[in-house]
Amino acid sequence: MLIDWFTVVAQAVNFLVLVWLLKRFFYQPILNALDARERRIAAELADADAKKMAAEKERNEFQHKNDEFDRQRTALLSKASGEAQAERQRLLAVAQNDFDNLRASREKALSREYRSLSEALTRKTCAEVFAIARKVLTDLASTTLEAHVVEAFIRRVRELGDDEKAQLASAFQSGTVSTPAASTATPMLATVTAVAEEVLVRSAFELSVAQQNAIAAVLKEMLGVKSSVRFAVEPELVSGIELVTNGHKVAWSIENHLASLEKEIGKLLENQTEYGSGPGSAPTVEIPPESR
Amino acid sequence: MHLSPDDIIFWEYGFIKLNATIVYTWGLMFVLAAGSKAITRKLSVGLERARWQNLLEIIVSAIKKQIEEVGLRQSRTYLGFVGTLFVFVATASLFTVIPGYEPPTGSLSTTTALAICVFIAVPLYGIKEQGLGGYLRSYLEPTPLMLPFNIIGEFSRTLALAVRLFGNMMSGTMILAILLSITPFFFPIVMSALGLLTGMVQAYIFSILATVYIAAAASGHGGG
Repeated sequence: MLIDWFTVVAQAVNFLVLVWLLKRFFYQPILNALDARERRIAAELADADAKKMAAEKERNEFQHKNDEFDRQRTALLSKASGEAQAERQRLLAVAQNDFDNLRASREKALSREYRSLSEALTRKTCAEVFAIARKVLTDLASTTLEAHVVEAFIRRVRELGDDEKAQLASAFQSGTVSTPAASTATPMLATVTAVAEEVLVRSAFELSVAQQNAIAAVLKEMLGVKSSVRFAVEPELVSGIELVTNGHKVAWSIENHLASLEKEIGKLLENQTEYGSGPGSAPTVEIPPESR
Repeated sequence: MHLSPDDIIFWEYGFIKLNATIVYTWGLMFVLAAGSKAITRKLSVGLERARWQNLLEIIVSAIKKQIEEVGLRQSRTYLGFVGTLFVFVATASLFTVIPGYEPPTGSLSTTTALAICVFIAVPLYGIKEQGLGGYLRSYLEPTPLMLPFNIIGEFSRTLALAVRLFGNMMSGTMILAILLSITPFFFPIVMSALGLLTGMVQAYIFSILATVYIAAAASGHGGG
């Protein structure tokens, strides 16, 4: 008999025990490990998918931002270049304007300098001319000239107008200081403030007795001078002679001519300066007119 | 010369006896259980894993796949039973490379025990899947006239299972023994290699047939 029934039962039991053992130690752990690995791979794949999606999204976002940035950059660039162009034009205009102003002021300053220089030159020339004239006239002063000067003075007193004559006469008699109204009538006649009681005749040279008497006579005749006449020498008068009393003066001298000429020229120059100088002008070199 | 390892008796007390079949089966059980425990003690769930773990994973995956291919979707439910059938029969024949070893499956008692296990397991799984009525109804298909034949078929296939495995395993061992006495050198090695192959094929056949029977019972398309 090939079948031993005890062995059959024992083997069946053995088999069932083996099933349990293998389930316990073989299939279950291996299946668990497989499941765990599958879960892990699935999780990793899902994670990778999620990451891919996120990366895709991020990439799209980045692309979008990049495009936006490009657009903004282009806009900004064009705007900036436009602004720069405008600014450049403005700055150029400002620079041009400044340049024009500067050139104008520079030209003005130059012309003013030129004018002041020429004016100073003129003044200097005049002063020199006058000095030379004075010197020449002083040098030329001689007895003959002095006689002519005295004659001229006498003639002048004789030719005084009625108004002036009356004024001088009253001045002589009252001894009050009169207004210098007569000085405008003729440049030869000037009134100065004087406190002298007597009549003073000043000349650049020593008058001879005859000349002194002639002058005193004509004063008495024409102006009714009663007080004594005093004579003094004043070299500055340059071949001249003058009558001074109580602030009134009757004079004739080359000095007076020169002075009035100098005054006229000075006035002319001042007019020129006023005409030439404008507001905002650069300071000019002032050369004061040479005084004698 | 003995036909079955049942005849090699180590210890006997009344009807209880410890023959080579039982002892070698215990040896196999011990090796399988201890080896599995040793290998699965430190399993890796990562992508890197030990060779032995890889081997076991391949075996388990292959068995699982075969069960699914036969038509049982709940492959894990049947893995323990069918897998153990395959592993036991395969290991039993694989160990024939060890000199002095007699495969337990070369004993008709062992194969009968396995066939009886299948014989009992098939209706159990069928009832579990379809319920008692559903399972019993499957004996009446395609017509109630087929009921006796279905019942006969149920027994005959169990007998066939047992005898087929026994015949193959026993014959392999017998041929080896006979050849060893006739041509001692080269030919027995070739036959031994052939025996290993036959053992593997028989393990596959046994387990796949059991699976087919279970699948037939579980899906309710009648036995056969």
